[in-house]
Amino acid sequence: MRRGFGVLAAIVLSFAATSPAAAADPLMVNGAGATFPYPLYSKWFFEYSNANPGVKFNYQSIGSGGGIKQITAGTVDFGATDAPMTEEEMKALKGPILHIPTAIGAVVLVYNLDKVEGGLKLTPDVLAGIYLGKITRWNDPKIAELNKNITMPNADIVVAHRSDGSGTTDIFTNYLAAVSIEWRAKVGRGKSVKWPVGLGGKGNEGVSGVVKQTPGAVGYVELAYARQNKMKIASLRNREGNYVVPTLEATSAAAAGVAKSMPDDFRVSLVDAPGGDAWPISGLTWLLVYKEQKDAAKGKALVQFLKWALSDGQKMEAALDYAALPKPVAEKVDKALRQITSGGKSLY
Amino acid sequence: MATRTGSNPKDLAFEKASAVFAFAVLALTVLLFAVLLRESMPALRKFGVRFLVSGTWDPVADQYGALPFIYGTLLSSFLAILIAVPLSVGAAIFINEFAPQWLKKPVSFLAELLAAIPSVIYGLWGIFVLVPILRDYLMKPVAKYLGWIPLFKGPVYGPSVLAAGWLLSIMIVPFILSVSREVMATVPQRQKEAVLSLGGTRWEMIRIVIGQHCIPGIFGATVLGLGRALGETMAVTMVIGNRPEVFLSLFQQGYSMAAVIANEFAEAGGLQLSSLILIGLLLFLVTLVVNLAAKWILTKMVARASRGI
Repeated sequence: MRRGFGVLAAIVLSFAATSPAAAADPLMVNGAGATFPYPLYSKWFFEYSNANPGVKFNYQSIGSGGGIKQITAGTVDFGATDAPMTEEEMKALKGPILHIPTAIGAVVLVYNLDKVEGGLKLTPDVLAGIYLGKITRWNDPKIAELNKNITMPNADIVVAHRSDGSGTTDIFTNYLAAVSIEWRAKVGRGKSVKWPVGLGGKGNEGVSGVVKQTPGAVGYVELAYARQNKMKIASLRNREGNYVVPTLEATSAAAAGVAKSMPDDFRVSLVDAPGGDAWPISGLTWLLVYKEQKDAAKGKALVQFLKWALSDGQKMEAALDYAALPKPVAEKVDKALRQITSGGKSLY
Repeated sequence: MATRTGSNPKDLAFEKASAVFAFAVLALTVLLFAVLLRESMPALRKFGVRFLVSGTWDPVADQYGALPFIYGTLLSSFLAILIAVPLSVGAAIFINEFAPQWLKKPVSFLAELLAAIPSVIYGLWGIFVLVPILRDYLMKPVAKYLGWIPLFKGPVYGPSVLAAGWLLSIMIVPFILSVSREVMATVPQRQKEAVLSLGGTRWEMIRIVIGQHCIPGIFGATVLGLGRALGETMAVTMVIGNRPEVFLSLFQQGYSMAAVIANEFAEAGGLQLSSLILIGLLLFLVTLVVNLAAKWILTKMVARASRGI
């Protein structure tokens, strides 16, 4: 088996191998899934393999749905997803699985209003109203009331959303469904939904393309994407009544808010989380690992990597615009790694 | 086939081998159809014919219908043809009949180079250049003064079926142009000279020659372009607005069959996945029907044209 993977590694990394002997033996751990954490995972795999030359990772960012399909079929050693697996999906699995939170993502609102420098404030009600198509002008009294220090332009609101199925959309619609009864009844939550209004853009780049090119547009993208592209970001009122500007700290605060009530399987939603500083449209991203590992050597390597990711790995998150897990959460996840076994023996 | 080659084993082997290749292409098409059909069965069973006429696409409620996508695909493709054909035929006439020798090569080379640009580049160019220009200088004025016509009704956002049609037209110009030029080049020089020597003007010469000879060829070129427009995915997705609705206005956001597959396939499962594959099957059929219809019209045209001479 090891030899088989050695050959595979030699093929995959043939461009990097100087001689067949050099690539003969590193253990190849294969994974697939979510695109959102891909930059972080690449960095982790690179750094970890540098420190531990015996292990190599191969991760394909094919989307959360693809990751779930592949781990269900058993074609990869770990999956990755931005939306926790549903009960129905878990029934199809080959055995009990562990959801391992690795990072927190935030979905933020970006807008294009020439005359507004920044500092736009929104409430859950207004946001739902905009995405339901009930608030259609920027100078609507409901928006103007929240932004007394800004002269809101008399212009159409152009709503932008993702056209592709995406965990980002899942978090965003989950939030709207949590704060608006009407949204829950009319639209619901999902990786793709039937949008009442708006233009669809493919990917973060598609949505931000629509927002940048269309005066009066508003859209939702990942925090990292909005920051790296220097877009205007709106603040939103959270459940404690505070207007929060989305930052990495505010995103981590959302996870800290649910730390005490964190369920043992970690399948928890962070939207509309408690906590005065918490950014309300946040969500965990998970790695999916079977509790019983067929290959002990590989399982061991995976557990060692996960331990590292939850400690040293967390320090690399901020530089890549990901929010790190709050310490109590990371510790609780680390404890859960003890459940990973091979032939009944813990690999921790 | 003039010499039946039973005697030469090498020839025989070659003949059989080429037959295998020919049947491989056929088998591939049949297999493709079979797989699409098999995978789309759950959606086909659940929705039946309703899938064709339903305008609902709601992944949360698990309700799917293909009408908006079929409509968007056909509308944007025919818009593209409407813009691209006059442009390409005009350009072909200019290059073949009027352009000075030094200009012919560069113009036709550059036009054909358009075919080599990847469609995602067209899409990006569409988002950042074409859509803002169309929005500010075409759609907004037209919607302002002619907005009472349902076809030009606002509001104008930019990404729209019109933008998709326009972008597609640019993408298919090289195909229609180069085939049209080839067709025009096949007109015997003597016939052109005959028209001129009878006192015809250049315009009459072109009209008569093209009317007599080239219409079927240009039609064939158009079908080639249409085929490409129907299946184009990336560029359309980026400018059409991705809104699954049936509407009259060209300034509205639409959706195409290829675009919805590209958008939702990766994260789809269950009935949604099956519905997407059913849309793929429909796209396959739409392309087939369009091509067969074109073949049929072409045969009629060629028959009439040869009778006319």
